[in-house]
Amino acid sequence: MKKLSARRRHPLAALVVLLLALAATGGLYAAFAPAEKAQADTSAQSLAIDEGKKLFAVGCSSCHGLNGQGTSDGPSLVGVGSAAVDFQVGTGRMPAQQPGAQVPRKKVIYSQSEIDQLAAFVASLGPGPVVPKPEQYNPSTDPAKNAADISKGGELFRTNCAQCHNFAGQGGALTNGKYAPSLEGVDPKHIYEAMQTGPQNMPSFPDTTMPEEQKRQIVAFVRHTENDEPNPGGLTLGSLGPVTEGLFGWIFGLGVLIVVAIWVAAHTTKAKKS
Amino acid sequence: MSTTSGTSTGATTPSSTRAKPASKWEAAADWTDGRLGIYSLAKANLRKIFPDHWSFMLGEICLYTFIIIILTGVYLTLFFKPSMAETVYTGSYVPLDGIRMSEAYASTMNISFEVRGGLLIRQIHHWAAIVFVAAMLVHMMRVFFTGAFRKPREINWLFGAGLLFLGMFDGFMGYSLPDDLLSGTGIRFMEGAILAVPIVGTYLEMFLYGGEFPGQDIVPRFFTIHVLLIPGIMLGLLVAHLILVFYHKHTQFAGPGRKEENVVGMPLMPVYMAKAGGFFFLVFGVIAAVSAIATVNPIWSYGPYRPDQVSTDAQPDWYMGFSEGLIRVMPGWEISVWGGHTLNLGVFIPLMVFPLVLAVIWLYPFLEAWVTGDKREHHIADRPRNAPVRTAFGAAWISLYLVLLIGGGNDLIATHLHLSINSITYFVRVSFFLLPVIVFIITKRWCLGLQRRDKEKVLHGRESGVIKRLPHGEFVEVHADLSQADKFTLTAHEQPQPIELPAEVDENGVARKVGRLAKARAKLSEGFFGDSGQIAKPTAEEHAEITSGHGHH
Ligand code: HEC
Ligand code: HEC
Ligand code: HEM
Repeated sequence: MKKLSARRRHPLAALVVLLLALAATGGLYAAFAPAEKAQADTSAQSLAIDEGKKLFAVGCSSCHGLNGQGTSDGPSLVGVGSAAVDFQVGTGRMPAQQPGAQVPRKKVIYSQSEIDQLAAFVASLGPGPVVPKPEQYNPSTDPAKNAADISKGGELFRTNCAQCHNFAGQGGALTNGKYAPSLEGVDPKHIYEAMQTGPQNMPSFPDTTMPEEQKRQIVAFVRHTENDEPNPGGLTLGSLGPVTEGLFGWIFGLGVLIVVAIWVAAHTTKAKKS
Repeated sequence: MSTTSGTSTGATTPSSTRAKPASKWEAAADWTDGRLGIYSLAKANLRKIFPDHWSFMLGEICLYTFIIIILTGVYLTLFFKPSMAETVYTGSYVPLDGIRMSEAYASTMNISFEVRGGLLIRQIHHWAAIVFVAAMLVHMMRVFFTGAFRKPREINWLFGAGLLFLGMFDGFMGYSLPDDLLSGTGIRFMEGAILAVPIVGTYLEMFLYGGEFPGQDIVPRFFTIHVLLIPGIMLGLLVAHLILVFYHKHTQFAGPGRKEENVVGMPLMPVYMAKAGGFFFLVFGVIAAVSAIATVNPIWSYGPYRPDQVSTDAQPDWYMGFSEGLIRVMPGWEISVWGGHTLNLGVFIPLMVFPLVLAVIWLYPFLEAWVTGDKREHHIADRPRNAPVRTAFGAAWISLYLVLLIGGGNDLIATHLHLSINSITYFVRVSFFLLPVIVFIITKRWCLGLQRRDKEKVLHGRESGVIKRLPHGEFVEVHADLSQADKFTLTAHEQPQPIELPAEVDENGVARKVGRLAKARAKLSEGFFGDSGQIAKPTAEEHAEITSGHGHH
């Protein structure tokens, strides 16, 4: 150690480090670069990127810049990955329209193949989260495994998501008009991508903090709560907790009872009312 | 039936002189009466008169929902395990299969999904609690706005206040028992509130929770308090409350033949009892229907409590909502005193204001009694318009309460009306101070307007809608004279005069000392009953003058 630190100040040290670094990156590239097989796709891939670039120039560049470098109207898209594009455009958030507290979900205006092309283009700008494959988010075909996934996913959801999205995924308020939206009717793929990319005020849950398997379990839980869960107690009143319950109790509990009381009092045994 | 004839004849003839009882039942009744003397007691009380007005049945709604709560609560205790010991769920609700939870939560899941009728009973219990406290609040407002709290009913007003307070807390504890995510969040909230109390907070918290939050003790302790201690006290208060209602007799609205000394209505037995009994079943029916239709407290969706989890929409039941509002809109002030001791004003101030919100309305009757200096008994209920200051005060209080409820639900209002939660919070902060004042002024003027209209009606009759053209071309509307009874009803209320301060100089020319308190009282009295506080009601002379002149207008 001592020797090394002594030579740190040698005039040639910088050069040596540079050479070493270059060798390392070169070697790494050789090791990880797509091999022969991938070569065949590149033409299709680059075609998609070209198409995507054109679509991007028309629909997105006004805010994100021609090369996705970002402008004052939209952030840089370098490194956001194809998953971010698939989520943002696939849920209709992008292209954004009027400015507001938060870009809302709206009608999707691109076809899925156009979205894929846009995603390919943005992915080419820099590496980022990749659009998940169906087996990453689809429920397990084994019912027992699926049931276990749902209960594990529920626990994960309550730990990581319920503080913004509510225990049943009904959403909730954030500061200054921002909000965590309801997860009702959200495509499983988009749920997965939201976790990968952390849109707007949502934190991202990359694979390093939340492994793929856990994401799949959360998706299983959300889908179950939104679609398959029976309502054993009757109407759920929106699954919004005690506030709606209180409102319902006042109107349909006490309110009805007061109407009943008025009716009873009006039908008295007194022969005539003065 | 022999039993009914027993009551009627028995009430007139002392039983011991009877030669031969007509039937076995009568013989039994005679035997009891000979020892307990209940006939004469029953005669006096069963003929108690109860006046008829729908708002007088609000107290009954409280009573019946309370009974429903007790009955369903007993059923729940048969299956509930008040324990925080950990267990792994293996019940029939698949989405929680294999999840760790407390015995309390697991047993509530068991009640909901395995016990026969368990979920319905749970929902009846909870819906009835929600309606119970709501009914108490409305019942209290009825008593307030009709001035039924005045002598001799002040003590009963306080008993009622105690019932409302205990009812709120018992509800809060019940909500905390299942140990689901919302329960735990509520208990956590309470921990924070206790910790915010200076000096003793930490000790109190350790004592109550038996150590650091959440500990193992809070659920079993709350259980005992929720099912035994508070309901026991409430039952006692409730009986005392009803005995006093009975003893004072009920108030009645003014009308011909109704005096301070009498009560006009139906005898308790059999007419009123039949109605009341029927009404019990109607109340039970409505609550049961609501419980069969709508979910309340879906603990299976909330999941078991874990201190590292929390959900949005974690509010208390509505009756604690105003305290939630106080906390939510209070700025998070924190100061440090005496070298690093933190004083958490952001929580401590709301904690102190919380009882105050209720205390103002409960103490108002005593303020009014002091201002009026009225020591007489009152058995005729006021119409709210005839007590403008009181009515305005009550309305202002309601507005304050509602504003705080809005604060407590600010997140839902934000998401559902697409507003910013920050704006709502600022709105509530300003409204907390401003709205009651505005509502007070508007309500008072409104009452005075209604008094003016009543006066008009008495003096000039009611508008008949018939338009007449006079010979010289003028159009007038014919006013129909009110019936004597209506005139009486509209002018039956008293109009106290403001108290006068004694002259500054007494008869000997010596300056008299008038205390500051006496001055304040005279000021308040002027506000209550002076020219700005009420419209002088028409006198008989005024009426005579107008009617004799055949005047039109
Ligand atoms: C009106 C301006 C505007 C247009 C047009 C627009 N965007 Fe955006 N975009 C924004 C803004 C502002 C944000 C940042 C807010 C957000 O994350 O939603 C954003 C964010 C994004 C993000 C997320 C970045 C991240 O950090 O995860 C993606 C991906 C994106 N846009 C893609 C697109 C695509 C693709 C198009 C064209 C179809 C498009 N945008 C059109 C304004 C715009
Ligand atoms: C800090 C609060 C927060 C947390 C924690 C959070 N989210 Fe979000 N979530 C948001 C916000 C804000 C949005 C809206 C983003 C937008 O519109 O671009 C959002 C959007 C989403 C969407 C898109 C919904 C739609 O309408 O398209 C999904 C799906 C989602 N979140 C899932 C999750 C899941 C699953 C978790 C837990 C792993 C989670 N979120 C945790 C705040 C949060
Ligand atoms: C467990 C809760 C309660 C029950 C079961 C209950 C029951 C009743 C009943 C049955 C009556 C007679 C009918 C009526 O006037 O409505 C009554 C009257 C009364 N209650 Fe309550 N009540 C409760 C709570 C309260 C509260 C919270 C208050 C006020 C703080 C209150 C104050 C009064 C007063 C002053 C009367 C006499 C009213 C009069 O004679 O006009 N009560 N109560």
